[in-house]
Amino acid sequence: MKSEKLMTFKLLIWRQVSPTIRGKMVAYKVENISGNMSFLEMLDVLNEDLIAQGQEPIEFDSDCREGICGTCSLVIDGIAHGTQQKTTACQLYMRHFRDGQTITVEPFRAKAFPVIKDLVVDRSAFDRIIAKGGYVSVNTGNAPDANAIPIPKEMADKAMDVAECIGCGACVAACPNASASLFVSAKVSQYTFLPQGHPERKQRVAQMVEQMDAEGFGNCSNHWECEAVCPKGISVTNIARMRREYWGTLLG
Amino acid sequence: MILESKIPEVTLEKKWESYRNNCQIVSPANKKKYTIIVVGTGLAGASAAASLGELGYNIKSFCIQDSPRRAHSVAAQGGINAAKNYQNDGDSVWRLFYDTIKGGDFRAREANVYRLAEISANIIDQCVAQGVPFAREYGGMLANRSFGGTLVSRTFYARGQTGQQLLLGAYGALMRQVNLGKVQLFPQREMLDLVVIEGKARGIVTRNLVTGEIESHTGDAVVLATGGYGNIYYLSTNAKNSNASAAWRCYKRGAYLANPCFVQIHPTCIPVSGDYQSKLTLMSESLRNDGRVWVPKNAGDRRQPEQIPEAERDYFLERKYPTYGNLVPRDVAARNAKEICDSGAGVGETGRAVYLDFSDAIQRLGKDYIQDKYGNLFDMYAKIAGEDPYQVPMQIYPAVHYVMGGLWVDYTLMSNIPGLFVLGEANFSDHGANRLGASALMQGLADGYFIIPYTIGDYLARAKLSKISHEAPEFQDSVRQVEEFVKRLMAVRGQKTVMNYHRELGLLMWDFVGISRSETGLKYALDRIADLREDFWRNVRVSGEANTLNKQLEMAGRVADFLELGELMALDALQRNESCGAHFREECQTPEGEAQRNDKEYSYVAVWEHLDSGKQPVLHKEPLVFENLVPSQRSYQ
Repeated sequence: MKSEKLMTFKLLIWRQVSPTIRGKMVAYKVENISGNMSFLEMLDVLNEDLIAQGQEPIEFDSDCREGICGTCSLVIDGIAHGTQQKTTACQLYMRHFRDGQTITVEPFRAKAFPVIKDLVVDRSAFDRIIAKGGYVSVNTGNAPDANAIPIPKEMADKAMDVAECIGCGACVAACPNASASLFVSAKVSQYTFLPQGHPERKQRVAQMVEQMDAEGFGNCSNHWECEAVCPKGISVTNIARMRREYWGTLLG
Repeated sequence: MILESKIPEVTLEKKWESYRNNCQIVSPANKKKYTIIVVGTGLAGASAAASLGELGYNIKSFCIQDSPRRAHSVAAQGGINAAKNYQNDGDSVWRLFYDTIKGGDFRAREANVYRLAEISANIIDQCVAQGVPFAREYGGMLANRSFGGTLVSRTFYARGQTGQQLLLGAYGALMRQVNLGKVQLFPQREMLDLVVIEGKARGIVTRNLVTGEIESHTGDAVVLATGGYGNIYYLSTNAKNSNASAAWRCYKRGAYLANPCFVQIHPTCIPVSGDYQSKLTLMSESLRNDGRVWVPKNAGDRRQPEQIPEAERDYFLERKYPTYGNLVPRDVAARNAKEICDSGAGVGETGRAVYLDFSDAIQRLGKDYIQDKYGNLFDMYAKIAGEDPYQVPMQIYPAVHYVMGGLWVDYTLMSNIPGLFVLGEANFSDHGANRLGASALMQGLADGYFIIPYTIGDYLARAKLSKISHEAPEFQDSVRQVEEFVKRLMAVRGQKTVMNYHRELGLLMWDFVGISRSETGLKYALDRIADLREDFWRNVRVSGEANTLNKQLEMAGRVADFLELGELMALDALQRNESCGAHFREECQTPEGEAQRNDKEYSYVAVWEHLDSGKQPVLHKEPLVFENLVPSQRSYQ
């Protein structure tokens, strides 16, 4: 938390009034930006300025501002969540930018994520995919003792690695095909690692993949851009696992 | 007016069993005839909606987020308590009950807390069955850690993301019911009014946050699980959108609000670094298992921490509380950090921070061990503070985190308005004047998975519900009022932004209704809040239009409600002329500077009733009766 000199930036930000009206990039300037500000706090400052000038503030999504809820969804300088690895936009700090730099800010773009307004997109497609099998079908009250089934630590850890997915959709925004494969494969893998997921293993992967296709997400063609932007560092090896699981269902 | 807590009159251990044996049940064939509105999709709301859907009720589930998975429970880090005694270290239902009551400084109902402790073990079973990847030992069994205010290891965890994993479990269960057609989802809806018909809660009015449309929704009961109001302080560990409005609008419709001044200040958060700051980030309490809290012995010692020799460090929690050391409850740790900084010994650029040092633990257990246990928290700290906590001690300071106060509920979690149930942080019921770490997740899931499925059935089976529709005058009236409220906000067209007012209110609340309170401070705050509210309605500027996505408008409504709630919090803090738990009145301290309770006069729940047309709210008192524990002066020494 060292004090730094204050910075100035030129921002090019996507403005779009509504889903059907064509949007465009608009230039703004922000001054007196501290390196200890998060990227979203910098946008807060800009919005306060805009309101003071009687202009409409820029709509962008954010909630927890600590990298766990998956709400923020900005493409910064062409990269989903910006240049810092394993970092959501809300956890990106201005100390990573150069004074005087021009920064572009766009929404996550994909056919399956239509823009609602400015930088806010509709990601409800992810919920509809989860509804098709992103769970273990166990009603409340049915559970045996929690220690009844020992799970090797290594398996529990692997399951946790993929369960960390925050559902932000950066993987989709980064993919040239706008594929949701990393997102879906993380959920499929979690329940492949854990014995609790096994009874529904086949129908889960089949239904989730089918829904992913129905939502208009593209196919995976191994660009690995998803892994590069994933704030939780989820590995593309999960996509290979999902494919194996999926082909397994087709081959019986 | 009598506050009926409806606690079964049998021995403590038999109360919940007796309730379940005697409650009415809606037959399987009839459940599908009922529609239940569940507002909020955090741990309490999602688990309630899923479990009630599984039983066969029709559920309408509402959240302000774009997906139920983003509710703020997702941010809970450290863990969830359960009296499993897997560690063979002497834990039991009784001990969890005792720790929770004592941690709450004897300001919670025995019956509710005992039930919570009883249910705790079922929650872990349920979550494991859902595929929640809790931390495990090499033998494959579940791992535990310790939290503040306890002498056993009963906290289950999933790295530093326990809330996320539990929420994704509940969200999965919820989405399964969506797929089965039992739950209808209404995301991006903000509840702006409760509709009461013939004295019963029969629906809600919402604003569609994307289109701005004001919508009405009918139901046979309303379950409110909308979280806490910590964001009234502007800076808190709450998510930006967490707010009090749904609960506050229920209060204005006649639901009672209990103990609003009980606010938990969490001791271990990343300190404030500038005026632009939009939120404070928690560093999980679990870190106090291995981190040691200290400041330099000599106030004003500006050397780097590693240059300060052991003998010149003051490990003030270990010094003052040898039994619990760094694991004293949150209120005690927070107050001590504030006092030591007030005395001038604080560290960091602002002097409003203390060190949380892991060097001993890293030396003893190795960096890998610490990384495995807290890796994501260390990463988060490094990102925000720009310093590597494996190399230098973390700097931490208290921040508003959780509210124990909330809508008043009886043993069945029903408010004084029949048919309005309140779960999770939104109710007041289980944590008294201070919540122990890892107990919020436990309570949210206990309420949603295991309590409401019984108690709502009992209500519906007994209630005589007439047929209603959106056309009912009560709905029309409510829609009109909400529309007028929105119009009024848009019409002010003043000079100051919503954020300006929110910040100003937050500072007032932090300074005078925060870690410590005094009569003069509270009276001053009461005047200032009233002035600020008046100014808000004269001079706020809400930009944009009401019939589109407009976050300024959303925030403006919430701040308008906070400006009323703040006054009630100050009033409540003023009437409670004792210190208890997180509520510290400067006038009431022991000679050692600890909270001095006054059981003779204040062993009650303060229950506030709203009166219309600018009249002062009325205070009712629900006496707290301790039949099984003897309230004692809390000591963690």
